[in-house]
Amino acid sequence: MKINKLLVGLLTSVTLVASVAQAAELSMVSGDTGTGLAFLRSQLDKFEAETGNTVTVVPMPSSTSDQFGQYKLWLAAGNSDIDVYQTDVIWAPQLADQFLDLTDAAKDVVGQHFPSIIESQTVDGKLVALPAFTDAPALFYRKDLLDKYSKPIPTTWDEMAATAKEIMDAERTAGNAEMYGFVFQGNAYEGLTCNALEWVKSNGGGQIVEADGTISINNPQAAAAIERAASWIGTIAPEGNLAYQEEESRGVWQLGNSVFMRNWPYAYALGAGDDSAVKGLFDVAPLPAGDGEGSGSAATLGGWNVAVSKYSSDPEEAIKLALYLSSTEVQKERAINQSNLPTIEALYDDADVLAASPFMANWKEIFQNAVPRPSAPTKIKYNEVSSLFWSAVHSTLSGNGTAAENLEGLEADLTDLKGDAW
Amino acid sequence: MATDVMAEPVAATGVKIKSELMQQRVRAAQLFLLPMLLALAVVAGWPLLRSIYFSFTDASLNDLDGAQWIGFGNYLRWQTLESGAVRYRGVLADPAWWNAVWNTMRFAVVSVSLEAVLGMGVALVLNAEFRGRGIVRAAILIPWAIPTIVSAKMWSWMLNDQFGILNDLGMRLGLLSQKVAWTATAETAMQAVLVVDIWKTTPFMALLILAGLQMVPKDIYEAADLDGVHPVKQFFRITLPLVRPALMVAIIFRLLDALRIFDLIYVLTPNSSATKTMSVLARENLFDFDKFSYGSAMSTLLFLIIAILTILYIWLGKVRFDGGDR
Repeated sequence: MKINKLLVGLLTSVTLVASVAQAAELSMVSGDTGTGLAFLRSQLDKFEAETGNTVTVVPMPSSTSDQFGQYKLWLAAGNSDIDVYQTDVIWAPQLADQFLDLTDAAKDVVGQHFPSIIESQTVDGKLVALPAFTDAPALFYRKDLLDKYSKPIPTTWDEMAATAKEIMDAERTAGNAEMYGFVFQGNAYEGLTCNALEWVKSNGGGQIVEADGTISINNPQAAAAIERAASWIGTIAPEGNLAYQEEESRGVWQLGNSVFMRNWPYAYALGAGDDSAVKGLFDVAPLPAGDGEGSGSAATLGGWNVAVSKYSSDPEEAIKLALYLSSTEVQKERAINQSNLPTIEALYDDADVLAASPFMANWKEIFQNAVPRPSAPTKIKYNEVSSLFWSAVHSTLSGNGTAAENLEGLEADLTDLKGDAW
Repeated sequence: MATDVMAEPVAATGVKIKSELMQQRVRAAQLFLLPMLLALAVVAGWPLLRSIYFSFTDASLNDLDGAQWIGFGNYLRWQTLESGAVRYRGVLADPAWWNAVWNTMRFAVVSVSLEAVLGMGVALVLNAEFRGRGIVRAAILIPWAIPTIVSAKMWSWMLNDQFGILNDLGMRLGLLSQKVAWTATAETAMQAVLVVDIWKTTPFMALLILAGLQMVPKDIYEAADLDGVHPVKQFFRITLPLVRPALMVAIIFRLLDALRIFDLIYVLTPNSSATKTMSVLARENLFDFDKFSYGSAMSTLLFLIIAILTILYIWLGKVRFDGGDR
């Protein structure tokens, strides 16, 4: 068996060498949710057919925090096994040293992408990664239930909570004991940082650390926003929401057991699938806003990129793969199959894309106003900032101390961490 | 072995090696040990020394070679502020570290005690003669045979508040009035981790104790029965003292394991401060945060704590690894 495989491998490589000048064996890592990996494979098959290279996908856990630890370790060890990394939008400043500069390779195509996204992946003039798709979360709502109780789509958090409570109670009285009002990502991990940043920002409470490096989180509007979220736990959201990541909240939602959900666009395509209990019953809207000065809907900027390891044994082919994965062709397929938001502006007006994911037409605007996590100002310390922030929020949500107390402690911790400069 | 337990104390070990034959044997033994010692030095000794070295530097994972020696700064350093107040920094002044130490100790003591008691019970049952004993013995090892990551993931689904089988059973049987989010709340998170760990490692404990039990000669019990000694008294006066050496060794294996617990918690409750142990915290600092040297200091302290506890345990418990009694 082994020898057979070896022979087959040898023969294929011989033929490949003969037919295509430089056939390389590349590997890339990707952690994904839902059917992301299957989709990636289908795109890589096309790449393989076009270039004669083979690409192995090394699957990783879906939690971005878990992926980061592993990647950092591999890169620090100068591991040449992985050529192409799929990177979170917040990683660029932390891993910039370990990736190749793609400025030259991508000079013809960078203009197609949204400038803010290219900027987020540029560290000290070096283009660290090419965008594969962007992400901005939405409020998923159940059209059928809002119609049944003749409620409008909520535009403020309080309105959302009131509607959720009313529908949840009515549905439960009607015998649907599993019904909840709202699910979000409340586990202590990067996802909670995204959720809580939206509550705070939409309430006019700043963005934790401002672009100039000032620590702004300890303010009454931020505290009020987090207190409001804490009041959801055990009322409209299940207690277990404290342990939910994206997939757990989608699980509850897709079984039809929640009126609202905060999630990323990937949940749209999956929710519209044939095995979904909410197929055709839901739609998406911008996240609600808070109240008070400076409030307004806010969506955390997410998104994934492809970067090439500087330890890659075949950087040229690896860069080709990165360019391919960020190309219009793949991004269009992605938008249609995965409901991932493209980073190429023109695709938002593409008829095929809009036919498959009509909600995307509204998205251009939403994510142009999206709020970035403070990864740029806090640089290499971002992970710790985020961990301190989500811990403070998670404590408040679990009832350990008030938001005001926890944010005061957080401010002191962040000041210590900052030292003289980020 | 069986005779060892019963026999008078084994001959003193410090006997001078006199005969030539003996010397030859010792040399041969040393030769045979050499490859293993070399392998140990490479895979365990070198990384350990390197960790300890990094804990005295300002190493960053992005630049390990450029590490500068900074002394004990990662462990404890202080600065006097202008107001005259002294600020302490470093692992030893870090509340997160002490919280992790407390979590680890609590976890180790509770899990190992319960596992010892349950393991003893299981071993006593398995020691009895009954049909199908071989199958039961093999079956009980299954939890131990499943890789921890797999069983942790399995339990995390079973413990899930919405789709988990435990909540479903509890609700159907009327034991729970509402679904409980076992791993989500601070009060139940540690209990959930303990339950999974006990489920997983009790078989290991039982097996080691069973090995000890089988060395106890049957005739003592026959004699005790003739004298009309109550079975409970038989257990405390005969069984327990005789399996004590095996039990002590089993406990120390588990204790070492429990003090460095990582995988179970990393899967079940990775970021909950109610369950974060020393290993989990050290990993977080080493890789997630840009604090490689700080994490190395934590690893070094973890190593020291385990070493000290082990020495104390062996010394206070008079543990002998050769199966002899006291």
